[in-house]
Formats: sequence, structure tokens, C-alpha cells
Amino acid sequence: MTAALAPQKPERPNRPTDSEEGRPPAAGLADVGRGYLAQVRAGEFGALPAVAGLVVLCLFFSLLRPVFLSNLNFANLLTQSAGSIAIAMGLVFVLLLGEIDLSAGYASGVCAAVLAILLTNHGWPWYTAVAAAMLTGAVIGLLLGTLVAKVGIPSFVVTLAAFLGFQGVVLILLKEGTNVSVKDPTILAIANDNLSPVLGWVLLAGCAAGYAALQLRRSRDRLGRGLAGTPVALLAIRTGAVVVLGGAAVYLLNQERSRNVIVSSLKGVPIVVPVIGALLLLGTFTLQRTGFGLHIYAVGGSAEAARRAGINVAYIRTAAFVICSCLAAVGGIIAASRGNSVDPNTGGSNVLLLAVGSAVIGGTSLFGGRGRVVDAVLGGLVVAVIQNGMGLMGYSSGVKYAVTGSVLLVAAGVDAMSRRRSAQR
Amino acid sequence: MTVTPTLELRGIDKSFGPVQVLHDIALSAYAGEVTALVGDNGAGKSTLVKCIGGIHSVDAGDYLFDGRPVQVHSPRDAAALGVEIVYQDLALCDNLDIVQNMFLGREKRRGMVLDDSTMEEMAAATLRGLSVRTVKSLRQKVSSLSGGQRQTVAIAKAVLWNSKLVVLDEPTAALGVAQTAQVLELVRRLADNGLAVVLISHNMNDVFAVSDRIAALYLGRMAAQVKASDVTHAQVVELITSGRSGNLGPQTTPNGAAV
Repeated sequence: MTAALAPQKPERPNRPTDSEEGRPPAAGLADVGRGYLAQVRAGEFGALPAVAGLVVLCLFFSLLRPVFLSNLNFANLLTQSAGSIAIAMGLVFVLLLGEIDLSAGYASGVCAAVLAILLTNHGWPWYTAVAAAMLTGAVIGLLLGTLVAKVGIPSFVVTLAAFLGFQGVVLILLKEGTNVSVKDPTILAIANDNLSPVLGWVLLAGCAAGYAALQLRRSRDRLGRGLAGTPVALLAIRTGAVVVLGGAAVYLLNQERSRNVIVSSLKGVPIVVPVIGALLLLGTFTLQRTGFGLHIYAVGGSAEAARRAGINVAYIRTAAFVICSCLAAVGGIIAASRGNSVDPNTGGSNVLLLAVGSAVIGGTSLFGGRGRVVDAVLGGLVVAVIQNGMGLMGYSSGVKYAVTGSVLLVAAGVDAMSRRRSAQR
Repeated sequence: MTVTPTLELRGIDKSFGPVQVLHDIALSAYAGEVTALVGDNGAGKSTLVKCIGGIHSVDAGDYLFDGRPVQVHSPRDAAALGVEIVYQDLALCDNLDIVQNMFLGREKRRGMVLDDSTMEEMAAATLRGLSVRTVKSLRQKVSSLSGGQRQTVAIAKAVLWNSKLVVLDEPTAALGVAQTAQVLELVRRLADNGLAVVLISHNMNDVFAVSDRIAALYLGRMAAQVKASDVTHAQVVELITSGRSGNLGPQTTPNGAAV
């Protein structure tokens, strides 16, 4: 038995130690802190390694290469990482089940190729082309999910085959390797344009207010029913953190970052940031607040228990693959926008590995059952900082790959260790 | 007997291919009583439980619930009647908390959103009703619980739904002494709260500690169903190992031993 499991001390009969929410109404910040420490000791690291890694890496690179901290580089970092973060968010759903989707990278390539061909070769308007790309993603997910959930082929093999297959599909769609350029202004704006500075502030204010209101309402509801609620001080700290971090980011991004202001002005929050933000909100809501999300965790924790509880396990598995491939389609659209074109390498080379790496570095377990959508964002930023910072330091791609690979290995090691720790209890 | 048993099985047969596992089984379980189901390995206890729970459907025989004949072909049919089975491996999700496990598959919702607060209230009320004080927080993950606490959660999950019959498959098999006592106390409390309880166990001490009736299976047949106060330890062991004891069990040879 670990300390967290030791018999209660009589003088504090309701001392909370384990859960984020399971504390009595009177709990103060100290109790919350103690609860969090107990969680970490038990192997539930949560976002801790990713956030710590992000801080350390940022400090490291900004000391060695001050240009790392420039406004231009900060904005670049966000747009560089957006495509892979979107794919990683989808992978979180599949990883939560203990499955893997190795084809997500090339699935994003196929969807990007569909988008580019419809826009450029067939002159479709952007919205129908985007819808077609998303539909392509959904069909891919349905196919993969059915093969895994209904036919029963291991996801590793299904998606490895699909990895090769989609590579071929991209080549066929692009007529053996031609490059299809994307000229639609709306699509190009996604990764290349910015919100106006005012709109950036308005969006941040809206998010902070909504966040605070939701948290407060939830806490009030629980306290009103005599259940353990989150202390108001913690709510204030959380909201304060959102305001300060978000405010700093919006402020920096609203600075002029064009090298030549007379030619073109470049300032404001890149449009991909609210796009990723919206996906993050939607994904987090789905996983944390809906029955469907809970069932994904349940199937990942114990498929047998889920089946006995009457959950349609095959449906949950298939749905997770559909979500994964749809988010890969979003990643493909972002990649097409950022590259101004689609070529046979879109979604190829290291895209998938970086996306898997992002999810795992962020704290999503490869063994299933543990992870959140925000992990993909945090891990994606870590990966982007490594790639970007090492690029600024003049290292070759070879070294970048080797370092990113090592970080992924370390993250997977942390994952395996924390799993062993919680199994020992 | 004027009281109608909550569960009454009559003449149950079950075969898997050419192998007949259950022969003409009769079993009654009464509200407010613990009925122990004992038998050696391979006697057919698990098969019988799966028939009660609807995982297997019976080949022949009557399944009466509260005196009414019913058809049970799936776990959903059984659950609809108010039959809950706690299997030996518990089937809990380690990565979910106590409330989530108790409501898994039957979550309360408010529109699209899970109604966590109501579920937590109901779970707390159920645990209070069972006088469970061993868990600190309902929001702690099941992976952090001890074996006895897990068993408690699984049993609480079974009684959350106003069930009438709870079948427990070896609930104390993997537990230490103190935890076994806790779980047995909980089993007794289920019956005292008016449920019919069927307890499967290998442990004669457990059986005599909590049960009102004992049903002994021997090679797929019901050797005897007796009141716990009418038999001794040794007699039950004899029933399990040889299918008969004195005048208990099928009388194929002249009655020799004293009762």
C-alpha cells in the first residue's frame, strides 16, 4: 500500500488525496496541492513532463539563440506545428483505445490531394472542397475502423498496410508526382493570414470569460448539492493563468513582425491558432463531458468490462478511427494551406512520427486508457520547439531527427514507468 | 413454503455440444436470504451462474422470477428483471473513478452532457445504504483501490439499480482476512436490505458465516439444497466431494451413515 492508500487519519476523516475533483467543500489550496503531489507520486504525471520540457527547451534555445524569442519565430512555431497537432489530436482518440493509426500521415496526404485537385483542377468552391476532403477522411476512418473492430485485424497491421496503400493513392491522385498548387484565398489564409489585433484580444477575452463562467457554474452546482467542489482560489488561479499566458501570447503576436513594413504588414494571431483552439475545445468536451468520451476511456481501460456494461465496443472503436482520420484531414488541409500546394510528400516522411510523438510526449499513454486532447497540443509544441530551435542552431536534419526520436523514446519510457508505478499499488 | 422465491429454477439442462454440463437443476433463492452455491471445480457453478445472468440460455427447464415464468436470453434480459451478477474478475475499468465505474453503460445525462453531480450523489447514497466507509473519495480511480475496495465497488454497482437478485462469484477468493470479513459483512447486509443473494464460494467458513441456505452441486446435478443451520461443515464437504451425505443427496444406495 502506498501512502495514498494508508488508512485515514482520524483527525481528518475526509482528507482528499487522489482525485482532482473529489475534495470536500472546505478544501483549500493546500489540500489541492497535496492531492496533486499524491497523484504524481502514484505515476499520474499528467501534463507535468510536457510543460516542464517546454519551459526548459524554450529557456535553452532562447539563451543560445536570442532570435528564437523573436515575434516572427514565435508565430512561425505555431503555424509550423499546427498541422501535426491536428493529426496528433486525432491520434489521441485511437491511442486512448490502446490502438494505433500509422496511416494518419498519409491519410492527411490523401485528403489534402482531394482538396487541391477539386479546388485547382475542378474549380470547386473552397467549402465544398473542404467538405469533400473531410468526407474522404471519414470514409478512410470508417474503413480502417471496420477492419480493426469488426474483422479483428490488429490496428498495427491494418494501418501499416494503409500507410503503404495511401502513399500509392496520393501518387495516383497526383498523376505520378506532379505538384498541384492551391490558389484559393480562403484555404491559403488558414495557415498564412492573421486575425486583426483587435479580434485577437476579443477572442481571448471571450475564451477567458467563458472558461471562468463554466468552471464557476460547475463548482457552484457541486457545492450546492453538498459535493466536493473546486476551491474558488484554484478557479481564480486557473483563470488567471489563462489570462496571463493567453494575454502574453496575443500581445507578442500582435506586434509587427514583418521585416519590411512598407511592403507588407505582418501582425496578429495566426488564423490556425483559433482553428486548433476550436478543435481542442470540441475534442476536450467530447472526451471529458459526454458519454461517448467516457466509453472511449472505458474501452481503453478494459474492453471486457466495457462490453459487459453493455457498451458497443465495435462502434466505439470504429468511431475513434473515424475521428482520427477526420482530424488527419484537417491536418492535411492545414498542410496544403501552409505549403501553398500538395505534392506526393504531403503528409509523408516524418509527419506521422512527429504526430504520434506529440501525443505521447504530451502524456497520452501508448497502452490506452489515459490521455487528453490537450496532450497533443503540448506535445506538438515541444516537438515544434525542438525542430525549430535546432534548425536555428544550424543542426542538420539528421541531428534533428535523432534528437526528436530520442525525446519520443524518453516520453514512451516515462509512460511505461508511470504505468508500472500505478500497477504496483 | 408459502413465500415465493425471488428466483426459482426448475429442471434446468444445459449442454455444450455433446457434453451435458447441467442436469435437471433446481435452485431457489429467497429475498432477504443468502443462498450459498457450493461445488467442486467443474461441478457446473459457473455455467449455472451464466445461465442465471443470461450469458448462456438454458436448453430446457423453467426460469421463474418472483413466481412468474420468464425467458432470459441475454444479459440485458437479466438486468431488466433486476438480476445483477458480480463476476470473479469484477470487470472494472482501472482508469476510471468509482462513480464512473458504477454507472458505466448506464450513465445519467443532462442533454448531451454527463450529469456527474447526480451520479456522484446516487453513488454516495448507495454506498451509505451499504454502510461502506472504506473508500475516501468517490472520485478516486479504481486502480488506487485495494482488492476489498474493488469488490465493494463491484457489489455497489450491482445494487445501484434496484436489483432484486445479486449473484456473487467467489467474492472473497483473492482477499486477505480483514478484507474478507468486510466483504462478507457487506454480503450479509445486502440480504438484510431485502435482496436475494446467491453466493458462490469454495470456503466453508465463508459459507457458514453468512448463508441461510446451502445448495451443493455435484457433477452438474443439484446434490442437495438445505438450510445452513441443519447441516454441519463435514456434511457440506461430503456433499461437494461425493454428491451425498447421509440421507442428503440422491439416494442410490441404502442409507448407511448416521446424520
